[in-house]
Amino acid sequence: MKARVHVMLKNGVLDPQGEAVRHALGALGFDKVEGVRQGKVIDLDLAADATEADVTEMCEKLLANTVIESYSIEMK
Amino acid sequence: MKAAVVVFPGSNCDRDLAVAFEQAGFDVSMVWHKDSVLPEGVDIVGVPGGFSYGDYLRCGAIAAQSPICQAVVEHANRGGYAMGVCNGFQILTETGVLPGALLRNAGLKYICRTVDLQVATEDSVFTQGYAKGDVIGIPIAHHDGNYFADADTIAALKDQDRIAFTYADNPNGSVDDIAGILSENRRVLGMMPHPERAADEGHGGTDGTAVFRALAGILATA
Repeated sequence: MKARVHVMLKNGVLDPQGEAVRHALGALGFDKVEGVRQGKVIDLDLAADATEADVTEMCEKLLANTVIESYSIEMK
Repeated sequence: MKAAVVVFPGSNCDRDLAVAFEQAGFDVSMVWHKDSVLPEGVDIVGVPGGFSYGDYLRCGAIAAQSPICQAVVEHANRGGYAMGVCNGFQILTETGVLPGALLRNAGLKYICRTVDLQVATEDSVFTQGYAKGDVIGIPIAHHDGNYFADADTIAALKDQDRIAFTYADNPNGSVDDIAGILSENRRVLGMMPHPERAADEGHGGTDGTAVFRALAGILATA
């Protein structure tokens, strides 16, 4: 079993790295970019009996800081 | 008076913090991150600056899960004194002992220089050696010092007079210029600037000394 966790800064939390990427894209002439948010992708190799609830607990305890980040889980 | 300074793989201000405590009169023991108990009778725990666990995942996130941090959280929950400086502040927010989080600096750059701080409250064991409104020069050295908390948390910090220090000229984008905060019981301080790096004539400034002297003064009579 595998899971992919996406961790993103919450809406409303300034993402200076995303902003820097947006500016860099603009400097390269990509003028259709209106916003960039940068996050993390974490791939987990899991035991066969692992559940989404297990991964949720991992996100809450370690993988995301829910003060500033939101997360989503894809079980594969 | 006993102080303990936690040492993580990647800590680099642990000795500076220990020396600052020693110069104020504390007996200091260094505590390794794999230890699960603090030394008997510790009055204050220092969580030092540095790059614990290489800042992997998020600054302070892995350290916050270490065995010693569970002991530090229990110590704080029992009403024990603690202070986290720089990475130590990040770690204390990750454990939930202090509210909020430290984001990447708004200007994206690592900043290492002495900045002016304003003392925002003198009502704590850490800040009572200053007068409210005092301006002190304290070094900062961080990449992720941009303090963030939601509006309700910021309002609570203000209402409860829990903002310890603010930046005179905000270097990193912190909400409301916040440089350091106190826990609800005022016994835990977290701050990004390094008072232990302004605690000796050889440092080029001694404006941080008052933090450690005030602590020693209170804990000696406690």
